[in-house]
Amino acid sequence: MLAYYLQLGLRSLRRNPVLTTLMVLAIGFGIASSMTTYAVFRAVSGNPLPSRSSQLFAPQIDIWGPQSRAQGVDLPDALSYTDATALMRARKARYQTAIYPVGHTAIPQDAGSEPFAVDGYATYADFFPMFDAPFIYGGGWDAGQDDARASVVVISSQLNQQLFAGADSVGRTVRLDDHDYRVIGVLADWNPRPRFYDLDNNNGFADPPGFFVPFTLAVDLQTETRGNNNCYGSTGRAPGWQGWLQSDCAWVSFWVELPDAAAVQAYRNFLQGYMAEQDRLGRFRWSPYYTLRDLTQWMDYEQVVPPETRISLLLSLGFLLVCLVNTVGLMLAKFMRRAGEIGVRRALGASRREIWAQFLAEAAIVGVVGGLVGVLFTGIGVLGIGLVFEPDIARLAHIDVSLVALTLACALVATLGAAFYPTWRAARVQPAWQLKSN
Amino acid sequence: MNLQIRPVLIALRRHKAGTVLIALQIALTLAIVCNALFIIHQRLANLSVVSGVDEADVFVITNQWATDSPTPQVDAQVKADVLALRQLPAVLDATPASGYPLQGGGWDNPVTMTPEQIKPSTDSAVYLGDEHFIDTLGLKLIAGRNFRPDEVTVFGTQQAIYPPTVIVSKALADKLFPDGNALGKGIYPMSPTPTTIIGIVDTLQRQGVDQDSNTYAGQSLIWPLRSADSRGVFYIVRARPGQLADAMREAPKALIALSRQRIFDPQNGIQDYATIRRKAYDSDRGMAILMGIISVVLLAITAAGIVGLTSFWVGQRRKQIGVRRALGARQSDILVYFLTENFLISTAGVVLGAVLAIAFNLWTETRFAMAPMSMTYVGIGVLVLLLLGQGATFAPALRASRVPPVEATRSV
Repeated sequence: MLAYYLQLGLRSLRRNPVLTTLMVLAIGFGIASSMTTYAVFRAVSGNPLPSRSSQLFAPQIDIWGPQSRAQGVDLPDALSYTDATALMRARKARYQTAIYPVGHTAIPQDAGSEPFAVDGYATYADFFPMFDAPFIYGGGWDAGQDDARASVVVISSQLNQQLFAGADSVGRTVRLDDHDYRVIGVLADWNPRPRFYDLDNNNGFADPPGFFVPFTLAVDLQTETRGNNNCYGSTGRAPGWQGWLQSDCAWVSFWVELPDAAAVQAYRNFLQGYMAEQDRLGRFRWSPYYTLRDLTQWMDYEQVVPPETRISLLLSLGFLLVCLVNTVGLMLAKFMRRAGEIGVRRALGASRREIWAQFLAEAAIVGVVGGLVGVLFTGIGVLGIGLVFEPDIARLAHIDVSLVALTLACALVATLGAAFYPTWRAARVQPAWQLKSN
Repeated sequence: MNLQIRPVLIALRRHKAGTVLIALQIALTLAIVCNALFIIHQRLANLSVVSGVDEADVFVITNQWATDSPTPQVDAQVKADVLALRQLPAVLDATPASGYPLQGGGWDNPVTMTPEQIKPSTDSAVYLGDEHFIDTLGLKLIAGRNFRPDEVTVFGTQQAIYPPTVIVSKALADKLFPDGNALGKGIYPMSPTPTTIIGIVDTLQRQGVDQDSNTYAGQSLIWPLRSADSRGVFYIVRARPGQLADAMREAPKALIALSRQRIFDPQNGIQDYATIRRKAYDSDRGMAILMGIISVVLLAITAAGIVGLTSFWVGQRRKQIGVRRALGARQSDILVYFLTENFLISTAGVVLGAVLAIAFNLWTETRFAMAPMSMTYVGIGVLVLLLLGQGATFAPALRASRVPPVEATRSV
């Protein structure tokens, strides 16, 4: 019976090609604009580390005092060097690491190759286990090497490819600027997006970092941060590198791993105590204030999903809604024009149920064709996405099987939803009334 | 010709569903188009920001150092580099810098009038420049004087130096000293000691291009400092008129001839201002295009929907139209009837739509910190949709008016 209804539907749709095309295009456009913006939204709002996100926390400390907040200055995203090193020394969490972005020039060993710039991070040993960083060769360094300011480096698989043609390079030497480092580990392809551990310095969607070096060594070598350096209230600090380290400039990201609620509470107590102690020492002259956000809260706080992405998604959904209202109107017109035909079918014994099936089958054809058109337009939309969103983000939006399936499903469901009212009206047509009027 | 509103309303009661659908569609379209127009206008306003730079002749070299050297060594190299650049035949002038207008993110300081003041008077973009900075960028000095060479000191990485003199943009001078007597006054741009305004330039845009820093657009200051950052430095170069391409080709060669210990990123190592401007406002332009496409397609779909439903109604009422014509109604009466019908439905739609548009804007305002929308957009949107409704009804209404009176006697 369904095959017959589909056949009837096709015939009816062909009878009025302009109206049919209009419905198909409306569904196609509406679905495509929603799916294109959804593809971007999906790319930027993902959880970079689902298995750990509830156990990773970023503390913020009120180093500038209530006065700064009265002026609308928020708590700094990062810690000062003083606080970061104090928290590292205390080791009150299962894992903890201070992080800051650095940039170096990699100098290939064969004289024929040109030096090139490469970005990385200065971190502590805990960085690798706490963020589940996968290695293909070797591993991370240990806490002893942190303390010894060892000249070791973990490199990305990409840098390993560039410098060592992808071979096992553990134990070999990498020259970054004018310092030699021993390769201790090579990471597999690893680039959690958004890059939650450095959101205060980038938009979270950059290429993977090329290397990781011990934080202690980087500070010893006076390696500058490539990230933000927020010096509110640090006017008149002592000159030079030491003056900067001792200042209240905030530039060090800090992450801790706290496996359960008890550990979180213990860490909160510790932060409270740390700030109270600093107050006693005369450094902070205000009551302790800090925050401890987990990874997902941190991503919200840092507004990883740009407002543009949300607004375009909302507008696209509004667009889809208009297209659906439009489709309801057109279908209503189309179905009710056939009131006579419905009357005849009902008089010949068709039940309401069968009228429902017939008209929903017709709508389903529109939905499927609209969905296919939608997939086509979504493809074009995703290709053109670089025009609207930042290149880093646009690159992440892509079409995959799940997006195509979702597009088709949405088109079908939306069209059937839109057909509901017109079909209900069609099924209510009184056969006697129709036959009489002819 | 009198408008027949009552009979239209009575007839509409028999087409409740269609009427509600058209009104709803018009309302939603209005709400979306108003907000889209508003976003388009905001973004286009960004595109036409004046940087103050002589954009036709200026380009920027992003020079990264291959090694991490101490400040004196970096400074010596910077001085040698700038000297070499200035001697190139195609180059008019060159200057080392820590940032440049439309760079997309940069250095901002809050400014206070006294060292004790807690709440800053405003914010300002901070540029570091030597005595060639103003001429190289092509800025217009409108009051005071330029830096003297002996005023310019070296600024190494993470140093805290607060020069005693500063040149500010007119926008900043006017903001801090509305009476127009900024010259010779001391200000505190996060400095413990005052820095005295010795010169005012006409326009100098900030480095950032984001919405957040829009509140202090155009407010900039230049400190007499020569950037010698061990990470890298920007060289802003002004070519002789018409010789931009030559200068952009010669400059990197001259620098590499001096020293190979540097890296120019192949992507953005050397950029002219057309490129810088395009990159700075890429997403603004894209957003405006997207909103434009959405608006146009939406209006087209709504118009098509109105044509479709009105045609259906005309088809349904051929017999009634024939009766009216037979009873003496003119063609124009039938035309006006359908136009009036659409006008009534559209009016209901735009009233609802205006409420939705304002509500959506208020919501985005609180949720995404967008600016409040001017009522002009709602006005324009209402007008556009009323005209669109009349335009879309016209063709089916014209067809209706041509229904011959004899139709009354035929059975459908």
